[in-house]
Amino acid sequence: MTDTPAPRHIPDRLDTPFSSAIFSWEALLVAVAVAIFAVNSFASPYFLDAWSLSDLTFNFTEKALIALAMALLIISGEIDLSVAAIIALASTMMGMAVQAGAGTPVLVAIGILVGLGCGAFNGLLVTRLGLPSIVVTIGTMSLFRGIAFIVLGDQAYKGYPASFAFFGQGYVWWVVSFELTLLLVAAVIYWFLLHRTSFGRRVFAIGNNPVAAQFSGVRVGRIKFILFCLTGLMAGIASVLITSRLGSTRPSIAQGYELEVITMVVLGGVSILGGAGSILGVVLAAFIMGLVTFGLGLLNVPGIVMSIFIGLLLIIVIALPIVWRRLRRERFT
Amino acid sequence: MKALLRYREVWLLAAIVVLIGLISMRFPGFAAFGNLRQVFNDTSILMILALGQMVVILTRSIDLSMASNLCFTGMVVAMLNAAHPAIPIPLLIVIALLVGLVLGAINGFLVWRLNIPSIVVTLGTLTIYRGATFVISGGAWVNADQMSPDFIGLQRAAFLGIPVLSWITILVIALFFLLMTRTALGRSIYAIGVNPTASIYAGIDVGRTRFIVFCISGMAAGLCGYLWISRYVIASVEVANGYELNIIAACVIGGISIAGGIGSVGGAVLGALFLGIISNALPVINISPFWQMAISGSAIILAVVLNARGERRQGRIILKKAEAA
Repeated sequence: MTDTPAPRHIPDRLDTPFSSAIFSWEALLVAVAVAIFAVNSFASPYFLDAWSLSDLTFNFTEKALIALAMALLIISGEIDLSVAAIIALASTMMGMAVQAGAGTPVLVAIGILVGLGCGAFNGLLVTRLGLPSIVVTIGTMSLFRGIAFIVLGDQAYKGYPASFAFFGQGYVWWVVSFELTLLLVAAVIYWFLLHRTSFGRRVFAIGNNPVAAQFSGVRVGRIKFILFCLTGLMAGIASVLITSRLGSTRPSIAQGYELEVITMVVLGGVSILGGAGSILGVVLAAFIMGLVTFGLGLLNVPGIVMSIFIGLLLIIVIALPIVWRRLRRERFT
Repeated sequence: MKALLRYREVWLLAAIVVLIGLISMRFPGFAAFGNLRQVFNDTSILMILALGQMVVILTRSIDLSMASNLCFTGMVVAMLNAAHPAIPIPLLIVIALLVGLVLGAINGFLVWRLNIPSIVVTLGTLTIYRGATFVISGGAWVNADQMSPDFIGLQRAAFLGIPVLSWITILVIALFFLLMTRTALGRSIYAIGVNPTASIYAGIDVGRTRFIVFCISGMAAGLCGYLWISRYVIASVEVANGYELNIIAACVIGGISIAGGIGSVGGAVLGALFLGIISNALPVINISPFWQMAISGSAIILAVVLNARGERRQGRIILKKAEAA
């Protein structure tokens, strides 16, 4: 997507570190998260309970894992709409392996490798043939899920081995689930990759100006290819978790996840136009979305009504800083 | 440029003719006039939606909320019809157009006034509009027996041997053709897609034009809300779930560039027709309908690869060489 960006407002002097921290996107997200947490605690007596809060994490960890890689991809100016379809295809392949008598380690390897392969396929189409990623991944989304439908039709795969259930249902320590631990570890790795390595700097450079990055010696095509592979890899990992949690595979598994993952990334302050964003923001956004859905769930609000709140949250959180900046600019000029 | 555009539609038309030829080899009755008329009728709704999406994509924007808009508007007219069967159907169609227009205008306003990227705005309204459908209906369905006979029958009535639904579609195609080729607005839409900055200097109000294209796509979705509900005679929250990507797929197959500025009414119609033929043909040539998704996915990828060849401009080609070196 190439919308024209708004003309930049150049201030006379830079903000102090304190005020820039106060007005940062992450601070806004923390405020929103605390507000939702407080409202939830007052609204339902069942909310403030270690096991409730632990259950809460299950409804966003899988999506958040994909959102970490998707954030890097969107910062570089590309997008992947096929992630949910990759989950379906990887899950189907794992199901086939179970029918052939594969054990848990083989299943995990298959799930992750299928994800990686799908990501590499997207990456090749985008970087080698120079195609726009939004349409390529709409195509591969139909293709990947289509293959799952061809294999499964209206059937389902079951009979996963008992040891396989650990990934989606197991706990590492007390109420801390394996999924949550994995998410936190992955978040630290992605944070390091994006904010502390030259690879991360290159991702930002590509998102801000791919042509300038190219002429500065950044291998734009190769880095974008790696990012597509990473996104596919995370979708493969998510597929292992969700298949393990549900214990069955249908071709309609994880339907509509792609838009939720992108909502998470955008809510986390990543610019959909590329070039800006942080991992901390994405993780906070994941927790906010989890808090909203879980809190409303405790209040017996149906899932579809929750989606209104998520949609409104997305638009309001994006619109607020724009309105705020406009007001501030009018006051000073 | 114009010769190139004409070239692309001719190729798509040729691909469709070849497709029909191949299907006819397996099932000879497919190419009969009566059947093709039926395929056109089946594809009508997708065509109208693709045309609405086309004007948005031409201005370098995207409308992901069309299917949710369709679902909401369809529920509104279905509930009105169930509660007040006396309301004449033409008035209901006007109401559907207006409701669709309002929802489209909300998208357009956020894109225009707050300068939020259209993909973010419509990602939000996609969930909001479908959630709102649940709120107004309370999760209940409107079934066929609650709808008046006129509500269901209008689009099925034949006029000169062709159903009213097809006539409405032909009228919409004609209107879009006039809009894109004979009006200043149509020219502005293309201009914005080719070069937004130059368009501003040429005196085009880019924001306002984007607002108008979202109103147009909203109206198209609203009209299809009535058409969809009266065709499949059930209104529920699940109507057209996930259909937004089919609409974009039809546009992409029709040669409309997602980068804006390239595309035509003929392309959008043919792109929708291509998807319609595939979904109609698979059952008659004994291929499981489960293959449909993978086949249309492959068709989309193939279409993008072919379209990209025509779209590469001089500047981009230089860059590609630099990248290859």
